Amino acid sequence: MTVEPAQSDLLYTEEEEALRSAVRSLLADRCDAATVLARTESEQPHDRELWKTLTDGMGLAGLLVPESRGGQGATHREAAVVLEELGRTVAPVPFLTSAVIATETLLACPDDDAAELLAALASGRTVGGLAVPFATAPGADRAPVRYSGGTLHGEVTGVADAAVADILLVPTADGLFAADTGRDGVTVTPQTSLDRTRPLAVVTFDGAPARRLAARADTPVRLGLRAGAGLLASEQLGIAEWCLAETVRYTKERHQFNRPVGSFQALKHRLAKSWLDVVNTRAAARYAADALATGSDEPNLAAALAQAYAAPVAVRAAEEALQLHGGIGMTWEHPVHLYLKRAKADSIGLGTAGQHKEALAELVALPAP
Amino acid sequence: MTDAAELRRRTRDLLAAHPVATTERTAFLGARFDAGLAWVHYPEGLGGLGAPRSLQAVVDAELEAAGAPDNDPRRIGIGLGMAAPTILAFGTDEQKRRLLRPLWIGDEVWCQLFSEPGAGSDLAALGTRAVRDGDDWIVDGQKVWTSSAHTARWGILIARTDPDLPKHRGITYFLCDMTDPGVEVRPLRQITGEAEFNEVFLTGVRIPDSHRLGPVGDGWKVAQTTLMNERVSIGGMRIPREGGMIAPVARAWRERPELRTHDLHQRLLTLWVQAEVARITGERLRQQLVAGQPGPEGSGMKLGFARLNQEISGLEVELLGEEGLLYDDWTMRRPDLVDFTGREAGYRYLRAKGNSIEGGTSEVLLNIVAERVLGLPQEPRTDKDVAWKDLNR
Repeated sequence: MTVEPAQSDLLYTEEEEALRSAVRSLLADRCDAATVLARTESEQPHDRELWKTLTDGMGLAGLLVPESRGGQGATHREAAVVLEELGRTVAPVPFLTSAVIATETLLACPDDDAAELLAALASGRTVGGLAVPFATAPGADRAPVRYSGGTLHGEVTGVADAAVADILLVPTADGLFAADTGRDGVTVTPQTSLDRTRPLAVVTFDGAPARRLAARADTPVRLGLRAGAGLLASEQLGIAEWCLAETVRYTKERHQFNRPVGSFQALKHRLAKSWLDVVNTRAAARYAADALATGSDEPNLAAALAQAYAAPVAVRAAEEALQLHGGIGMTWEHPVHLYLKRAKADSIGLGTAGQHKEALAELVALPAP
Repeated sequence: MTDAAELRRRTRDLLAAHPVATTERTAFLGARFDAGLAWVHYPEGLGGLGAPRSLQAVVDAELEAAGAPDNDPRRIGIGLGMAAPTILAFGTDEQKRRLLRPLWIGDEVWCQLFSEPGAGSDLAALGTRAVRDGDDWIVDGQKVWTSSAHTARWGILIARTDPDLPKHRGITYFLCDMTDPGVEVRPLRQITGEAEFNEVFLTGVRIPDSHRLGPVGDGWKVAQTTLMNERVSIGGMRIPREGGMIAPVARAWRERPELRTHDLHQRLLTLWVQAEVARITGERLRQQLVAGQPGPEGSGMKLGFARLNQEISGLEVELLGEEGLLYDDWTMRRPDLVDFTGREAGYRYLRAKGNSIEGGTSEVLLNIVAERVLGLPQEPRTDKDVAWKDLNR
């Protein structure tokens, strides 16, 4: 079988670079590692003030939403650039969950029903979330919640950023519903999460009032998760880049045996391999973002490919960073553990590399025995 | 200014004046060279028009559509990829006029006389001597891993002209006439059974000083141009999905379900993903070059390509099971062309072992990435300020 890949633009445009600079300089001011670490141990792990600046001030929650529907009319390419920067700072904001996954899910719902909610999410003043476990791969959702007697019943575990969500999109066998987390019948209980910069929660629906957004939940949910998986590769790229850059900086400064430790080949080769991983991940992530943006290409393949490749790269980059920092890397004080925990959680989030490879096996006709 | 439209017009003029159907191959190639359409970024009179390199694609597309013959770049890769850019950068006008046309047409094949038995990764330690004798240099030494030496008319040669200087400073770059009676080429048989490479013994070879490239003692600097172009040409190719080494494995997997196991499936998918991402990375690099934003990413392409070729071909032999125990042919041959993916799985597996050695070992390339891209400090060196003759060799 020969699959002819379409042409995609794998570079960054000037506008995308300008967006990156703006986001990066804001995050440099407001989201340094010490701030993030302190916040993970507070009552409010999410940075709502930062979210307000990113959304109210910069309009980033509406990137995927057309201007006619209250958004910025940008594409997945720009959202990917934002995620690179958010990954680089492990920023505790619900961009991936609200501005990408929930927004993409709503974009796949019939216009009339989703319009108001979509505009609310695009403004950033309302935070949305998709009520499925964060570990769910595109096409693998199971809909544990029932709709009966006009209300929702059931429990979903491991919902990312649910603690800050105002609205949850809830897939059921009877369609996709929107439930307001502030109403009676919805309980959000935080879980002790591996990655405290994207905390999980159990959401319980016990006769929660809800509004139907689509008669069938499967397609909107699959598209939401697909966009999430494809763009998560850009977050993973940002994580890997930070880990590499920080480790290179450290190994140039750290002296042992009367030499910078970065002059030892044993370390140099490991860092050079990390760099190669980053170069490849950037191409895979851009490919996925462009495929999602243009829609003309093959977003299923591109998103699965990007996750299958980028997830282990981010984990490896963080693990290498920890090891090459030596003892300091093992301390609570040093930020590398924030990146390790985020990278490891991301390698499960939206499907493991193995699940994405299984999807690819079908897409490119390399079937299992 | 030579733009795409102008190049298209010139290409059509060439095709009109030298119809493909009635023009002999070499004559057509010569006419193409003289029209400046061989490599458009070269200067006028030397096969080019001083146009942007990216516009070569315009000419190539027109010629391909017309069914025009090409210069069989695989056969003359060392000339095109390494000798030509170095001659262009450092040659005299006379050298450029004499050498570039037959090089590009393929009348004169080139080989590279760099590596020696005692100078592999540490190429600058080379010991082949060139001693001045009137208007000539007398060259003695041994070179190795020389592909095409048995078909080559010319060799690019680096030799030591001053053993009293530190190793990087006493080297000079020459153009060696391979028909000189002092040049002896012996096939060097490899683990594949064939002799794709040669050993070249140089005994009292007389090279006129007019065949020196660049100043005396500047050979290391000149050689950097050659080696840089080698790596650029490796990164510049465009490959379709499932091009290269993954193709025969994917085909065998689809056509022969009886060979499938779960373990092989996992490994195949992992390598398929890596091969596809490497392909997209190559495409991104190409887009960067076309956009005039070359980055350091090219330095890494060969590293990934070597590892993938080795792992994929290894998987293929294993997938074939009983057939993997066989080999197509151990007969000693001297192939004109190198095709990493040619022949059968066993050959691919064995040939791929060379990918992490030729053109810079993967270990040296990792050092280059670490030092030049990441800016990590060098290992302490003991060889930089010592006369070559006093080094431990």
